[in-house]
Amino acid sequence: MTAPTGLLDQRIPLRTEDLSDAPAGERLIVNLGPSHPSTHGVLQILLELDGETVVKADPVIGYLHRGDEKIAENMQYNQFVPYTDRLDYLAPLANNVAYACAVEKLMGWTVPPRCQAIRVICCELARISSHLLGVGAFAMDCGAISVFLYIFTEREKIYSLIEELTGARFTTTYTRVGGVARDLPAGWVDRAMAFVDQFGARVDELDKLLCRNRIFVDRTKGIGVIPPDDALDYGLSGPNLRASGVELDLRKKTPYLGYEQYDFDMVLGSTGDCYDRFVARIEEMRQSRRILQQALSRIPDGPVCVDDIRSYDPAKATVLTKMEELIQHFMIVTEGITAPPGEVYFGAENPKGELGFYILSKGGGVPYRLKIRAPSFMSLSVLPKLLPGHLIADVVAILGSLDFVMGECDR
Amino acid sequence: MVTALTIFLVSTLIKILLVVAVLLGLVAYAVLAERKVSAAMQDRIGPNRVGLPFLKARLMGLGQPLADAFKLMLKEQFVPGNVRGFYYNLAPILSFLPALLAICVIPFAGVDPIHLPGLSVAIPQPGVIANVGIGALFLFAVTSLGVYGIVLAGWSSNSKYAFLGGIRSSAQMISYEVAMGFSAMPIFLISGALSLPQIVDFQVERGWFLLPFVGKQFDWHLLFLWPSLLLSSVIFLVTLFAETNRAPFDLPESEQELVGGFNTEYGGMRFGMFFLGEYAALISASGLFVTLFLGGWSLPFGWLATAGSLGTFLLQALVFLGKVCLLVFFFMWIRWTLPRFRYDQVMTLGWKVLLPLSMANIVLVAILLAVFGGTP
Repeated sequence: MTAPTGLLDQRIPLRTEDLSDAPAGERLIVNLGPSHPSTHGVLQILLELDGETVVKADPVIGYLHRGDEKIAENMQYNQFVPYTDRLDYLAPLANNVAYACAVEKLMGWTVPPRCQAIRVICCELARISSHLLGVGAFAMDCGAISVFLYIFTEREKIYSLIEELTGARFTTTYTRVGGVARDLPAGWVDRAMAFVDQFGARVDELDKLLCRNRIFVDRTKGIGVIPPDDALDYGLSGPNLRASGVELDLRKKTPYLGYEQYDFDMVLGSTGDCYDRFVARIEEMRQSRRILQQALSRIPDGPVCVDDIRSYDPAKATVLTKMEELIQHFMIVTEGITAPPGEVYFGAENPKGELGFYILSKGGGVPYRLKIRAPSFMSLSVLPKLLPGHLIADVVAILGSLDFVMGECDR
Repeated sequence: MVTALTIFLVSTLIKILLVVAVLLGLVAYAVLAERKVSAAMQDRIGPNRVGLPFLKARLMGLGQPLADAFKLMLKEQFVPGNVRGFYYNLAPILSFLPALLAICVIPFAGVDPIHLPGLSVAIPQPGVIANVGIGALFLFAVTSLGVYGIVLAGWSSNSKYAFLGGIRSSAQMISYEVAMGFSAMPIFLISGALSLPQIVDFQVERGWFLLPFVGKQFDWHLLFLWPSLLLSSVIFLVTLFAETNRAPFDLPESEQELVGGFNTEYGGMRFGMFFLGEYAALISASGLFVTLFLGGWSLPFGWLATAGSLGTFLLQALVFLGKVCLLVFFFMWIRWTLPRFRYDQVMTLGWKVLLPLSMANIVLVAILLAVFGGTP
C-alpha cells in the first residue's frame, strides 16, 4: 500500500504570493476553493499549474470541521442521530440508518422486519436523491447546466416523500436506536410507488441527455482514471470503487437490513474514469429503483421498533401508574439507552460509499469513543495522486465525478 | 434648399441613433429572453415579477431589464486592490465597442435610395449605416478587436482566474478567427463582392446561400454549390459561437472552472458593460450570419425586394430583425443544451477540424466555379 503523497509534503506558502512579482516561466499556484463554484462545499485545493496543466495538487480540508466525533462522546445514543443528518447532508436518511444499525449492533438488537423494510426504502430513496445530485452537479461542472435543474425536479419529489415521512425535508433524524421515529403515514407507500414508477423514464432521460453526448463523453472518458489497485489502496468505496471494477458492495458482501432478500445487480465499471463513475451512478439509480419496487410492494406488517424495554420511553399512562415503567422513564430521560461495554464497527453501503461507525462503549448512556469512517474523506485522499497531469477543466470534472460531501469529510 | 450632403449627414445620424437604440433594446431584452429560454428549457418559470414602471401589471417580467440596468448602475463601482487602473477601466469599454462598430456595416434593409415626399433629394443607402465596399473585411477586422477587452480585463485585474480566462480567450478567438474568415470565403467567391449589401442583393436575385431555391430566379449553380455552402455555414456558425464566447465555447468565463473567468474581479456597471458587450456581440454575430447565409433583410422569391418607399424599408428592417431574433434564440438553445468543451478540445477542433475543412471548401468552391461558372 502506498501512502498518499502531497498531503504530507511541505505545504507551499502561497497565499501571499503576488502574480505581478512572479518571474516569467514560474509555475502558477491557484487556490481552488474553499469558496469556488465547483468544489462542492468548502474544499480547498492548492493547484500548482504549468499553463493549464496541474503539476501538483494539495487538498486542504477541515473548513467544515465540527468535531462530531468528540460531540458524540457527550451525547446519548439517540441524541447523536441529528448529527448524522449533517454528515452526508445529501443523504441524511441513509446516515441515520447506518448510525442506528451500528448502535443496534452494539446493543445486540435485531430490528423487526417492518422496520428493516422501511429502512431499506429510506436508504434507497436517499441513494437516488444523492446520486441525482451527484450526477447533476457533475454535469453542471462540465457545463451542462440544464441537467442540474432536471434532477432537482426529481429530488423535489423525493423530498416531498421524505417530508411526509419524517416531518423534515433535509435534516430527517428519522431513525432511533432500535427502530424508526414513526411508522409510515397512511397512503405513503402508494405515493412512493407512484414516484418510483415514473422515475424510470426520468433516469432514461438523463442517460439520453449525457451518456452519448459527444462533448460530455470526450470530456470524461479517460479522465481521472483510478486503477483498481489504487482504488483499494486509497480506501475508496461505493460507486467510485465499483467504477474501477472492484466488486465490493456491502449490501451484497455483508448484507444488512435484509438486503439479501432483494434482487438487484452490483454496478461495475471497467476503467475507473470519470465517465465510468458517472454511468455507475446512473445505473445504481436504476438498481435502487428495482430495490424500491420490491421493498414497497412487500412491506411486512408488525412493529417498527424492537420490543426491548431499554429502547423506548414507556407510555405516559403506565409511567404514572407502574413502578417499573417509572424507573425506565427516568433512566431513558437521564441516561438514555444504556449500552453494554464493547466495541463494534458497522459499515453501511451509503450513496457516497462505506459510511462506517466504530463505537467503543464502556457501558452507560454515551459512547467512550465514536469514530466515523467517512467515504468522502477517502475519495478526496486520492486527489494528490489523481490530479497531476490533468487540465484545470479536468480537475473540475474529476471533483464532480468523485461526488464527495465536505460535511462528511470534515465531520 | 437641402443638399445631398446634409441629407446624407442627417440621415446617417438618425440611422446611427436608431440602430444603437434598437441594438441596446435588443441587448436588454436578449438578457431577459435568455433567462426565459433557459427557464423554459429547465422546467422553470423564469423572471416574471418585475413589471414596467407606473403599470400595475407584471407583464411576464418585461420590466426586468430596466431593473437590472438600474441595479448595475446604482451599485458601488468597487475596484479591487492592485489592479492596473487604466486598463482595468478600459477593458469593459473595449469589449462593448466592437459589437457596436460591427453593426454599422451590416445592412438591415435595402440600400436603394428612398424618395420621400417633400424632399428633393433621395435618402442614400437607407438600409445600412456605412456602405463600405469592403464591409466584410471591416467586419472581420472589428470583431477580432473584441478579444482585447477580454485579454486586458484578464491581465489587469490581478487575479489568477481572470488571468487564465484572458489567456484562454485570446487563444480561442485567434484560433477561430482564421477558420471564420476562411469559411466565409466561398461566399465572396460566389457573389464576387466584399460589400455586405451587394452580397444580400446577390442572394435576393439568385437565392439565399443556405436556401438556394428562394431567389427571384432559380440558379442551378447555387444548387451545385449548396453542399459546400452548407459546410461553410456550419463552420461559420461554430466559429461564431467561439467568437462570441457562447456555450459550448464559453471557456474564458467558464463559471465552474474559473469562477467568472476574465470578469471575476469586475462588478457594477463595469461588469454590466462586459455583459452588454457579450449580448451585443451575439446580436451582431447573428446579424452577420443572417446577412451572409440567410439573405439578410430579404424575404423569399423577391417579396418586398422592390425598394423606394418608406413602408417596404421598414418591413425589410423588421424581417431582418425577425431573422436575427431567430438566430439569437438558436444560440440560447444551444447554450442550455450542451456541456462545455475543454480548452485543448477547443483548440483541436479549431485548428485540426474546422480550419482544414474550411480551406478545402474554398478550393472546392473555386474549382466548381471555374468549371461550371456562376459568378456574376
